[in-house]
Amino acid sequence: MAEPIAKREPPLRPEILRQTRDVSGLGAVERPLTAAERLMNQAGVRRSLILIGLAAAWQLYGQYVGNNLILPTFFEVLEALWEVSRSGELPDRVLTSLRVLTIGYTAGIALAAVLTTLAVSTRLGADLLSTLTAMFNPLPAIALLPLALLWFGLGVGSLVFVLIHSVLWAVALNTHSGFSSVPETLRMAGQNMGLRGIPFVARILVPAAFPSILTGLKIGWAFAWRTLIAAELVFGVSSRSGGLGWFIFEKRNQLETASVFAGLLAVIVIGLVVESVVFRSIERRTVRRWGMQR
Amino acid sequence: MDQASAPLLEVRGVTLQYKTDQHLVTATWRVDFDVHPADRFVLLGPSGCGKSTLLKGVAGFMAPVEGTIALKGRPVERPGPDRMMVFQEFDQLLPWKTVEDNVVFPLEIAGRAKGLEARERARATIAKVGLSKFREVYPHMLSGGMKMRVAIARAMAMEPDILLMDEPFAALDALTRRKMQEELLALWDELRFTVLFVTHSIEEAILVGSRILLMSPHPGQVRAELNAGTFGRGQIDTPEFAALARRIHDMLFAERIESEGRAGHG
Ligand SMILES: Nc1ncnc2c1ncn2[C@@H]1O[C@H](COP(=O)(O)OP(=O)(O)OP(=O)(O)O)[C@@H](O)[C@H]1O
Ligand SMILES: [Mg+2]
Repeated sequence: MAEPIAKREPPLRPEILRQTRDVSGLGAVERPLTAAERLMNQAGVRRSLILIGLAAAWQLYGQYVGNNLILPTFFEVLEALWEVSRSGELPDRVLTSLRVLTIGYTAGIALAAVLTTLAVSTRLGADLLSTLTAMFNPLPAIALLPLALLWFGLGVGSLVFVLIHSVLWAVALNTHSGFSSVPETLRMAGQNMGLRGIPFVARILVPAAFPSILTGLKIGWAFAWRTLIAAELVFGVSSRSGGLGWFIFEKRNQLETASVFAGLLAVIVIGLVVESVVFRSIERRTVRRWGMQR
Repeated sequence: MDQASAPLLEVRGVTLQYKTDQHLVTATWRVDFDVHPADRFVLLGPSGCGKSTLLKGVAGFMAPVEGTIALKGRPVERPGPDRMMVFQEFDQLLPWKTVEDNVVFPLEIAGRAKGLEARERARATIAKVGLSKFREVYPHMLSGGMKMRVAIARAMAMEPDILLMDEPFAALDALTRRKMQEELLALWDELRFTVLFVTHSIEEAILVGSRILLMSPHPGQVRAELNAGTFGRGQIDTPEFAALARRIHDMLFAERIESEGRAGHG
């Protein structure tokens, strides 16, 4: 064993004295990245490579199965996608879905704003928010659809109802927890400038809590998009002007499997675009730029 | 000294308390002092004696349970831009605004200046704290000392009646602290603002202050109010500086021995 710890001494070493040299001429302290390095640093480029790989695998497996009723190949799907896009059928359905989604999403956010305002201004409001969120957050929005149909009938009303439910709790919860984790110093700095009431919330709390708010918006969007497609699948059966979900359901009934896949692709693409273009660019311009999120 | 000048800030018999769920903590007890225009008034005392609390009282974040705080004869009721505060923490800047915008923001909020005028004023102040090169940078890209300088610039650009500084240099390394103390004194030399400065370092108190309020430990009471004259960096090794430091040290230390003695016998 080593000697007892109490007796241990750091080893004696000679001192080191150095002159620091002027390294500004070295050029290695800061070096521009090569074109390839920069390309691979783009998350978009890396992701595109993965997507191309997946498409290739699909095409090969589709050809191997050779049954376009069960699994059409990638190119068959692309062809179907082109067909339904050109005929205007798919864009129509997408627009219908997006219109309903926008209404539901905006209404959900507006209600979340009201609820969080109540929660930050009164203790009862805070209790109300946490109780309601605890109750409704675990409830899948789609489970409310039967009830919504009973109350609002077939149509946009029911869809908006379930959309609000899917957006509201995620956004309210995240915004509220964002507000309550704004550092005390930042609050005092804001008050010190003479800000109070609504201007204080708008100009200090909201930007300071923006990372959480954005997370809430992202989660809310993801919930809303899935819920909408699922709801349309259920309801499209008896509604005439269906959205994207109804399109998928319809095409399955007509055994146009390639078009079913085309519809699914559209769901994915829209989801991806919103998540990785819209939200990502908001992130890049705000929280990342401000160093509030990596 | 101009004894005839009316005090800018009057603190009279101020008792400040914190109410927590279980306790009632008295942070300061019946504190009196006056701050006159162009004073560099230092609150000095051991940790926990209520210096920050007193500053929060003056800033209007806490209302005294007893006594009054008045600025220019008007009682302090709420926080306001006439008493700009530099906090002890680095995270007092708004992370979503650049250095320049951080300085402009309160100017516009308080209606001190608008648009181009506000920008020019901000730029001039940022230049005074030596950060002109970093105007377009966001706070997360600055070092701790630079953030502090921005906070000082932000407060100073407002030209408040009184500048409140809560241990602004405490978290800095010794070298940077020295530099910042000198910068502050140079700025004061130029602009002659009034500042209420909190510290727990005797050396810093003598260097920065023109008058020092010595506070006793918990709950904070006034122990003494001393003149610190005009000691600069040059005089730090002089016997006068050492004598004053010794005097202050003895007062703080005597207090501690006394209170420990009391506690021991009680
Ligand atoms: N938020 C709070 N709630 C309850 N008690 C508090 C609170 N803040 C401070 N105190 C108490 O008030 C007293 C004074 O605190 P204060 O922060 O004013 O001390 P200080 O002189 O600034 O000390 P330091 O030099 O360490 O900053 C302390 O005893 C502390 O325990
Ligand atoms: Mg303190």
